[in-house]
Amino acid sequence: MATDGLHESETLAALRSEAEGLKGKLEEERAKLHDVELHQVAERVEALGQFVMKTRRTLKGHGNKVLCMDWCRDKRRIVSSSQDGKVIVWDSFTTNKEHAVTMPCTWVMACAYAPSGCAIACGGLDNKCSVYPLTFDKNENMAAKKRSVAMHTNYLSACSFTNSDMQILTASGDGTCALWDVESGQLLQSFHGHGADVLCLDLAPSETGNTFVSGGCDKKAMVWDMRSGQCVQAFETHESDINSVRYYPSGDAFASGSDDATCRLYDLRADREVAIYSKESIIFGASSVDFSLSGRLLFAGYNDYTINVWDVLKGARASILFGHENRVSTLRVSPDGTAFCSGSWDHTLRVWA
Amino acid sequence: MATTAGPGTPGGRPRAQILRLTKMERVVVSMQDPDQGVRIRSQRLLITVIPHAVTGSDIVEWLAQKFCVSEEEALHLGDLLAQHGYIYPLRGPHSLGLRPDETPYRFQTPYFWTSTLWPAAELDYGTIYLTKKNIRNEGALVDHEKEHYDQLHKKINHMWDLVVMQAQEQLRAAKQRRKGDRLVTARQEHTYWLVNRPPPGAPNVLEQGPERSSYTASRVQMSSDFYKQEIEFSRKALGRTRVKSSICLEGYLKFSNQHSPHDHIMSGCLPSNPWITDDDTYWVMNAPMVAVPTKLRVERWGFSFRELLDDPVGRAHFMDFLQKEFSVENLSFWEACEELRFGGQAQVPDLVDAVYQQFLAPSAACWVNIDSRTMERTLEGLPQSHCYVLDDAQLHIYMLMKKDSYPRFLKSDMYKGLLAEAVIPLETKRRVFSFMRKPRHSSPSPALLPTSGEPPATSSAAGGKGED
Repeated sequence: MATDGLHESETLAALRSEAEGLKGKLEEERAKLHDVELHQVAERVEALGQFVMKTRRTLKGHGNKVLCMDWCRDKRRIVSSSQDGKVIVWDSFTTNKEHAVTMPCTWVMACAYAPSGCAIACGGLDNKCSVYPLTFDKNENMAAKKRSVAMHTNYLSACSFTNSDMQILTASGDGTCALWDVESGQLLQSFHGHGADVLCLDLAPSETGNTFVSGGCDKKAMVWDMRSGQCVQAFETHESDINSVRYYPSGDAFASGSDDATCRLYDLRADREVAIYSKESIIFGASSVDFSLSGRLLFAGYNDYTINVWDVLKGARASILFGHENRVSTLRVSPDGTAFCSGSWDHTLRVWA
Repeated sequence: MATTAGPGTPGGRPRAQILRLTKMERVVVSMQDPDQGVRIRSQRLLITVIPHAVTGSDIVEWLAQKFCVSEEEALHLGDLLAQHGYIYPLRGPHSLGLRPDETPYRFQTPYFWTSTLWPAAELDYGTIYLTKKNIRNEGALVDHEKEHYDQLHKKINHMWDLVVMQAQEQLRAAKQRRKGDRLVTARQEHTYWLVNRPPPGAPNVLEQGPERSSYTASRVQMSSDFYKQEIEFSRKALGRTRVKSSICLEGYLKFSNQHSPHDHIMSGCLPSNPWITDDDTYWVMNAPMVAVPTKLRVERWGFSFRELLDDPVGRAHFMDFLQKEFSVENLSFWEACEELRFGGQAQVPDLVDAVYQQFLAPSAACWVNIDSRTMERTLEGLPQSHCYVLDDAQLHIYMLMKKDSYPRFLKSDMYKGLLAEAVIPLETKRRVFSFMRKPRHSSPSPALLPTSGEPPATSSAAGGKGED
């Protein structure tokens, strides 16, 4: 009935204004405890010395855009995935390829190395996350032992093992994240709350090890409790899609990289954004971010083919690295912090130190 | 299924692209500012004079000054602007890109800006543009253009007369313009097509990844449920405790200071960074289960309890220490809980049972001292048999160790002894001549080693004091 419709839209409008009012109040509360800016506190910190970083290894072998990479805990091996479905495991120190498998789908946007170093996980436009045990047996076909673990209703954008080979956390274009049991493929927990595609996730290095952060096309970064499936904190200050999130090494904060050409730092205890890393000359989106071991440096790969190195504390850019000939799509610091690896649409991966 | 999106994507350009195109256009507009913009000159080309030209080097200089960046970065940015068709050269080979020399450039007319939402239609390209080219100069079409031309001729054969007529019409109209204008228009148009129909092998700056949903067209309906959820979330968030910024930010300074000697990218690496010198001694000396750990490594155990536990050598020594204190069951219990929390679903019931028998049952061999309330809650929850049933108990024991045993460990003779015995590697410089450099050693893949619960050990852990 017409009057019902009117009533409903009034209620909807009322709800919306209440929601917005509360959001405003939340911002006020957050602002109350914001008594100093990071760069002010950082005035006491020594300026960064000159440091030179160069490409030390170039990994060529993908015939198409490299989309994702991950380090093995042995600090030298990596797995990388590309647009044409190829997933390659390299000993990046020697640049030897050790394993290669071709996925039955294109745009493999996510890949991860298992903590034991004995398996890899990957997925993309097939909407799944599959686990491949790594074998050196010449008679065995890697693809034969493949195990489908996660099933989403849209593309897989990110995946990560938790502390063992037996659980995987995934993020998807279907707007959800999920935790899976590798052996059975059982869904252990799902995380709903993003209003659009989820593009990235990172597990917290905390003592209790029970949270992770995700970023999405709804411009939100959300922190989740793995056990309950609830969102415990959310931040919405970016102006466009969040392509990458990474925890600060202490676990008290995380950084994000976005299509709005900025990277930002969010503090979990202060419950707010505490720094923006941007420059007028940086016009293209940041696709991938990671911290150096001490958290002093933030490496960010951009869609303008460059890598910018930010001084996390002082907020200034410390360096810009040229080398890639197309978008930098993925970037991770090695587990012992001796180098970082970047992957690009120019078909190569580079290790910088 | 998401498509390999190209310039002709229905619905206009993807969000990310619009964002950067808009920003590029702002730069280009300010470059043309009559007062603050790039120095304008008139460019003589044979007998024609083209007004409003700029040189490549002037563009670079302007960008470097405007954004306070190096010339290298300014050139990179200028080159990107050119790659996107906002700047084009007036003479010389017509390719997208910026040459930092006296080459004359001009700014693309907004009609042809990449952000202008003409999905570069096949009709316009194959027909009008290529046909004009063909009419003007027989044989002026290069291979890929020829291919396109022929394909399209086949596709729209029935309209071909119309197409040729339109092409001829445009050419006739163009002939009436001045030579300078004709040259400029031709270059403008060509630039547009170079961006929207790059020749094979040339980079395509308009290439996109798989389609992403837009927030407004998202699956989440702006329904009353959605707003109710937001309201609930905001209410909860309002109730949370926050910490003052000053305290949080101090924390970063402290952490960063403490960890900076360990940050190899910033502070170097002893004996050397394997990636720089090709010498993997650093990894050998820091292998997971090395006999004599380095000084830096042992120091790290003092930073936080987590750092100690995360290091297998540190954890092993801590285990020894707890044995002496008769509280080793705490660490064993904690380890068993970790195994449960991150283990496979199938193992959960058996693991829970084993943990109960060994640590929680009244007659348990390694009974752990948990407060009665936590114990009661834990025992009640055990039948649920999921991987989080021991979380409370695990946290309790973790905190016990952290607040009690851990500080004692750091003050103990054992730890002090470990610090004293720890190795400080001598620095080895990079060998300048390549024939002197060590060959890059391969290492056995973790996938080759027998799987165990422990992180895999790499090859022989030779731990001499400072030996290379």
